[in-house]
Amino acid sequence: MRIWLEKQRHLIDFTLASLARRKTKNIGLLLAYTLLVFVLASLTLFTHALRTEATFVLAGSPEVILQRMVAGRHDLIPPGYLDKIGRIRGVQKKEGRLWGYYYDPVLNANYTFMARPADEVADGHIMVGNALARERGLDKHNTISFRSYSGKLFTFEVSAVLSPDSELLSADLVLLSENDFRSFFEYPAGHYTDIALSVANPQEVRTVAAKLSSALPDSRPILREEVLRTYQSVFDWREGIILTVLAGAILAFAILAWEKASGLSAEEKREIGILKAIGWETGDVIRMKTWEGLLISLTAFLLGFIAAYVHVFHFGAAVFEPVLKGWSVLYPKFTLVPAVDGLQIATLFFFTVFPYTAAVLVPIWRAAITDPDAVMR
Amino acid sequence: MLFQPAIIALLMAAGVAVLMLLAAAPFAVQVIRHWDINSGSERQLALERRTYLFSTLLSFVMLAQLAALLLFVFNADRLSVMFVGAMCAVGTLNVNGYGFPSLLTQIAVFFLAAMWLAINHVDTQARDYPLVRIKYGLLLLLLPVLVSSFWLEFQYFSALKANVITSCCGSMFSEESKTIAAEASGLEPLPAIWLFYGAMAAAIGVALWHWRRGGRVSGYLLALTSAGGFVAAITGVLSFISLYIYEHPHHHCPFCILKPEYDYQGYWLYIPLFVATAAGLGAGAMQPFARVPSLARIIPAISSRFSGLTAAGYILFTALATWFVLTSNLILIEH
Repeated sequence: MRIWLEKQRHLIDFTLASLARRKTKNIGLLLAYTLLVFVLASLTLFTHALRTEATFVLAGSPEVILQRMVAGRHDLIPPGYLDKIGRIRGVQKKEGRLWGYYYDPVLNANYTFMARPADEVADGHIMVGNALARERGLDKHNTISFRSYSGKLFTFEVSAVLSPDSELLSADLVLLSENDFRSFFEYPAGHYTDIALSVANPQEVRTVAAKLSSALPDSRPILREEVLRTYQSVFDWREGIILTVLAGAILAFAILAWEKASGLSAEEKREIGILKAIGWETGDVIRMKTWEGLLISLTAFLLGFIAAYVHVFHFGAAVFEPVLKGWSVLYPKFTLVPAVDGLQIATLFFFTVFPYTAAVLVPIWRAAITDPDAVMR
Repeated sequence: MLFQPAIIALLMAAGVAVLMLLAAAPFAVQVIRHWDINSGSERQLALERRTYLFSTLLSFVMLAQLAALLLFVFNADRLSVMFVGAMCAVGTLNVNGYGFPSLLTQIAVFFLAAMWLAINHVDTQARDYPLVRIKYGLLLLLLPVLVSSFWLEFQYFSALKANVITSCCGSMFSEESKTIAAEASGLEPLPAIWLFYGAMAAAIGVALWHWRRGGRVSGYLLALTSAGGFVAAITGVLSFISLYIYEHPHHHCPFCILKPEYDYQGYWLYIPLFVATAAGLGAGAMQPFARVPSLARIIPAISSRFSGLTAAGYILFTALATWFVLTSNLILIEH
């Protein structure tokens, strides 16, 4: 074992010296390799961070949302509907929610209006999301007017701007009292937009949903886990699409690696010839070349990954943002929580080191079987 | 079909492996037909040179298979959020009928690859390459296994549709169902503990015996006890070790221990177990050739080193399993 380790150490030593002798060629390869790892790693880190963010955000949402359907379209919850549900075992709380969209011609953007209980927002007051406040230049105690869909003008006083920490959820949010909400939208009395139910035990959620749909056949229960799953697969899908687009780049890189590895200069050939003349075996040359590939791979992987980490978590992934994040007029500003995942690194390794190694195997062998007399003559 | 990076990576790795082995097949036939170490002909020289390429290629393929096996399980566990009713890898693998066959063939490929690499290793140590024909013959036998593993994996992934209601580990490893997994997990804890420690003691004992003394008989025995030890170890995990880790008397899942909730304890168990079994099987696989003159000195040395690895791996595995059981708060057997 000691001898084997010693041998590998000397091989690495020799390989490093030989890499340093051909700086320009190897730096070129290293740069291309690092760039590839960087692009792919940025992509996976960014999607993973978005996925984590979605999980965080949804953790606080109700387990089940119940919507009423009329002719397959989302409709208002009529009075008495809430009582029809009755007591379902496992449901801790059920409440009717009031919310809607309002189009603001000033910003060309849609706001989400949501009613809150009177102890949170008084009549005539509103609380606004941070992105909205930023765009409209609002601050605490300012007043703002909205023209309602019926043409009447309503003036509200801003009682608070919601904390920027919740911006991902509250970017376009306007919270107002129930009375204001009903009069602003001329919402029919006793009606609600939908019903939120909280279920304590996650294993009971599906049973609760089944009971709801049998008790109220005209309703549609939406489960939090379903929303989460949809987000997961949407992000996976987006990542997969970009990876497929980048498959060309991976292939191009494999071809580059093949070219670089097979285009041995006369000097390199002579070097291998001399090594074999002084007693190296074909197997030793293959081992040396394998170490060379491994060293380049690991360096490139490490550099590329660190660069991607900085790019995503310090510069907000400027390159991929538009494709992966989606867009909106009032887009929330949020910083991603750094999250690195073992599976992502393993997958990334398969996408970069695997093709590289596969591509250089044959050239390595070609170099290793060189006859000493043929190159030294 | 799920458009998921890890799935694309796994299929790519398996596809490249099959392609490389297919490329090697005609060469293997050539070697079997024309190999003659005493000849100085041009063809023999070319063949000798090519063996270098193909042994490197195959070592690469086999190593990639080992990594792919880990990634496969890891990914199955992660995908479980996509399927209703799935809570860990079992649920994901149960989404369609190809999941478990695919996992089992991959484990089989892993061990067959380890045995092939062991034979390849001793062969390259000898001056006259006495096992070249056998090696490439075995390679041709390995090819269909690898192809079917790729096919099963492809079928499995292409039939994956999110939102299928699958059965999860709770129902699969419960005592009522009639599968081998259920039989193994339905074992009473006390006999299971006896079986487990008996098999581990046998595997460690034989490995140590072979390590100190060598000999062909103990070499074959080592392969046998390693294979038996692997089965006993998995049965042990199913029937009592997992229960102690989860601290739950009815949760028999061998995959949930890989989850972060349980501090990834499963990896600590499975990695030594797989390494030990692979080394033991490898040592056994080289025994039929111990009488070949040029290998007479090489094989005992290498197989004793392998058996040392087997012993160390099983000792580590048993010690860790025992430690997990002793530090657990669950009381399964009352004194």
